[in-house]
Amino acid sequence: MLTIRNLHAAVEGKEILKGIDLEIKPGEVHAIMGPNGSGKSTLSQVLAGNGNFEVTEGEILYKGSDLGELAVEERAREGIFLAFQYPVEIPGFSNAEFLRAAVNAHRKHRGESELDAFDFADFAKRKIELLDLDPKLMTRSVNAGFSGGEKKRNECLQMTLLEPTFAILDETDSGLDIDALKIVAKGVNSLRAPDRSFLIITHYQRLLEYVVPDYVHVLAAGRIVKSGGKELALELEDKGYGWLGAEFAEAVPGGGEG
Amino acid sequence: MSDEKQMLEDLSQQDYKWGFVTAIDADTVPPGLNEDVIRFISAQKNEPEWLLAFRLKAYAHWLTLEEPTWQKVTFPPVDYQAISYYSAPKQQKKLDSLDEVDPELLDTYEKLGIPLTEQKRLAGVAVDAVFDSVSVATTHQDKLAAMGVIFMPISEAVQKHPDLVRKYLGKVVPYTDNYYAALNSAVFTDGSFVYIPKGLKCPLELSTYFRINAENTGQFERTLIVADDASYVSYLEGCTAPKRDENQLHAAVVELFAHDDASIKYSTVQNWYPGDKDGKGGIYNFVTKRGLCAGDRSHISWTQVETGSAITWKYPSCVLKGDDSVGEFYSVALTTKHQQADTGTKMIHLGKRTRSTIVSKGISAGKADQTYRGLVKMGKGAESARNFTQCDSMLLGDRCGAHTFPYIESQNASAQVEHEATTTRIGDDQIFYCNQRGIETEDAVSMIVGGFCREVFKELPMEFAVEAQKLLSVSLEGSVG
Repeated sequence: MLTIRNLHAAVEGKEILKGIDLEIKPGEVHAIMGPNGSGKSTLSQVLAGNGNFEVTEGEILYKGSDLGELAVEERAREGIFLAFQYPVEIPGFSNAEFLRAAVNAHRKHRGESELDAFDFADFAKRKIELLDLDPKLMTRSVNAGFSGGEKKRNECLQMTLLEPTFAILDETDSGLDIDALKIVAKGVNSLRAPDRSFLIITHYQRLLEYVVPDYVHVLAAGRIVKSGGKELALELEDKGYGWLGAEFAEAVPGGGEG
Repeated sequence: MSDEKQMLEDLSQQDYKWGFVTAIDADTVPPGLNEDVIRFISAQKNEPEWLLAFRLKAYAHWLTLEEPTWQKVTFPPVDYQAISYYSAPKQQKKLDSLDEVDPELLDTYEKLGIPLTEQKRLAGVAVDAVFDSVSVATTHQDKLAAMGVIFMPISEAVQKHPDLVRKYLGKVVPYTDNYYAALNSAVFTDGSFVYIPKGLKCPLELSTYFRINAENTGQFERTLIVADDASYVSYLEGCTAPKRDENQLHAAVVELFAHDDASIKYSTVQNWYPGDKDGKGGIYNFVTKRGLCAGDRSHISWTQVETGSAITWKYPSCVLKGDDSVGEFYSVALTTKHQQADTGTKMIHLGKRTRSTIVSKGISAGKADQTYRGLVKMGKGAESARNFTQCDSMLLGDRCGAHTFPYIESQNASAQVEHEATTTRIGDDQIFYCNQRGIETEDAVSMIVGGFCREVFKELPMEFAVEAQKLLSVSLEGSVG
């Protein structure tokens, strides 16, 4: 599904990722943990194709092709989805129309007919119920005036509507109470399939209780310093990052989260 | 990001999609303006003596005036002697049905998607199409006439309802009002006249589509809408223009007159040729639009979506004379390429407890320059009058400009005036977010701008709102990233 080789990336000339290697196979769920400033969000932005981040070395292969060749929207239509850490607001534009435009962009790409407003409403209804969203969110402006939890659930709704093949969740659990967390987990779990993979970026082990990962990686100072199974997350929760080496002595899981 | 800048560049080079010229012989007087030309126009239209006198007085006054220079636009001087002041399609005989209309003309309307033919016409919309200066077809006349509504070319109204026209013409916008209004009063060729009788809520939205066609011909439309006591009318004005190389002057006058408890809603979607990517060509739109809330509890609402013209100079205004009368102005103005717009409104509060609302959304892209200029005046008698103004600008790219000049004059201490203004840019983060959902940048921009304009679009009648959104998207294709 996704192969990352020796990935280096910089923002405004400053190198953040310093040689990442990662292999994600179809159907796998990988979690990335690590202290603040370790490059977790940079990795997600680079995968989505944000032009503010420059790949300086290495390569990313997605379904066997060079991801660097694809524009942001092409990556999206090829099945890469990023649930944003800070979802963006579009005042005045209805959430339903936004979601419909997104779904139709994907359908068009697949050679399928576009959904009209009524068909889309039917299609979306079940997903809205699944995520326990207030249907009124659909008539409000995209993310404008949404609470933090509503924004995150709206990201989840988009993910379930777009049915990506590779979904990245960038700290989707941050700031959520336990009920909201369970709903997000339900959304992810409902999508788990043999041909679909997930990359979950999180500070906490908490989400991983509900979405059980196949692998856990620790990212620190732009490199993956340790990989393991789901038990690694528990170990981190227990011991902090200090035992991984002196350079993490100060870091605590979830510490300094903003 | 340089990619987006490049896209901005590429997009803003796109040409006007609807530029084409219809080959119809026009009966045009030689360029130039003098009393003889005015007498010729008046005679062509078989006008009564009082109207000719009105024109000649206006012309004499115009000769004493100088072109205004206070607006924030620049353009080469207009040579008023190089303009031809009368042009009419040659087929002058009276038409009984659309079948008699020149097929080429109908074809032009079809290209523009104008709902003139029975098949094309939007349900419930009566169309008085103005092709150049003379009306060629009018629909729904019988139905409207049965209700006592008068909706016809003003030249026809002069013949059939001379007393009504004489009673109201120039009462809201006197010929002494300004340079362009004086010129229009002297040489106006046609336009629409509407009269809604007492107590009638006009069930049809009245619609006129303008189209500038004959080369080198100034357009001087004159529209007069009168709503008698407790009546209501919604009037739609829309236009697109064919591509031209030289600048074309358009100096229309629109007068609205609302009696006690009457309500007039006037909506405009305007898409005149803005000029090519170098700023060549395009329409000069110097329009005087004003509504008089003469009666108590009367209501006048202006809604406009402006995407066209090389230069726009336009301030649809309300004079709130009747007690408890209400004036509204909702505007979206989009300027791209080298377009210049100095537009806004005037709300003149004279009566007690009069209220006005101004919502202006300006979008500037390319090398365009846009100015909002608004006057809110509270007269001595404007006891407890209120105004709310919201004035938002959006900038696309880094070579365009947006300016706001709010003028507030209050002579009554009990009056309240509120003014809010914002300036925003389309954020890279918004574009990236949309892209990440598979949405093209162009569509993303259209969504973001559409959202920005929603408050105004929702004031438009439904079909018009759809058209306006479409127009905005088409116009934006040329402008952003």
